[in-house]
Amino acid sequence: MGNTPEIDAVDRRIIDALQGDFPICDRPYAAAADRLGIGEDELLSRLQSMLERKVLTRFGPMFQIERMGGAFVLAAMAVPEADWERVNDTVNAFPEVAHNYRRESDLNTPLNMWFVLATETKDGIPATVAKIEAATGLPVYPFPKLKEYFVEMKLSVRDAA
Amino acid sequence: MNAATDELDRRLIVATQAGLPLVAQPYQALAEQLGVTPDTVMARMQAMLERGKIRRIGAVPNHYAIGYTANGMSVWDVPDEQIDELGTRIGALDFVTHAYHRPRALPAWPYNLFAMVHGSSREEVLTKVDEIRALLGAACRHHDVLFSTRILKKTGLRIAG
Repeated sequence: MGNTPEIDAVDRRIIDALQGDFPICDRPYAAAADRLGIGEDELLSRLQSMLERKVLTRFGPMFQIERMGGAFVLAAMAVPEADWERVNDTVNAFPEVAHNYRRESDLNTPLNMWFVLATETKDGIPATVAKIEAATGLPVYPFPKLKEYFVEMKLSVRDAA
Repeated sequence: MNAATDELDRRLIVATQAGLPLVAQPYQALAEQLGVTPDTVMARMQAMLERGKIRRIGAVPNHYAIGYTANGMSVWDVPDEQIDELGTRIGALDFVTHAYHRPRALPAWPYNLFAMVHGSSREEVLTKVDEIRALLGAACRHHDVLFSTRILKKTGLRIAG
């Protein structure tokens, strides 16, 4: 999956320690840096660097839009290989598409494009599904969560990284 | 966004959805941008955290960059009447980062339980999937594992400003 950017031991500690619990106070980076035993400037420059190198995809609050009347829904499409680039560009151009992954399965499921729709209202999901279907000419299969059994980021940096 | 989310919450989301400012006093920077006091910004963000409107504040790692180069979405067809018990057990496994009950889309998609398994290699993920298979026993009627082979988009939530 492309080249793995270089991360050193301090980067690892930052990633492991700062996946949550970032302080809300006047100088939060200083407070977080203090817990890590580094300086505020170093923490800021390392976060900046890790964002630029795409070690981090974001740094900030993660919103639970469902608690504010909105919705996050996983959806999938079966995209023919010959039409892949066109459909990919069309789907990714929708701001409601928060993430999109190509997936391939052991059993060769035809559903090979999996994305998450994030909309400000619950009605935004069927509306966006309809717009994507119209724009691509392909059916979209929504898989809304009926129940969540666990959700917690608990990945620590692997030694192999 | 519904009435439960007021205008200031909404403006805070728009201002921070791409990330928290990487400056020593980020809440002060947001306050200046939004024309409110830093105390208002901090109190509001604290309240959004407590009410679950913000899930957490911190770093979102690119899991490929931190060594989780294999990311398998295991999907299972289990009896609906057992799914909550089974989903709770699967969700508690330390290598499962997310587990959900989702609707089937028959005939294309017979699976109703989704469990994300991260690992350093495809083999490691498949070994863990076997553990889930063993745990489910006779309750598992069909299963598959979808590996992400490419990130097509990963911007996260984007609501209009």
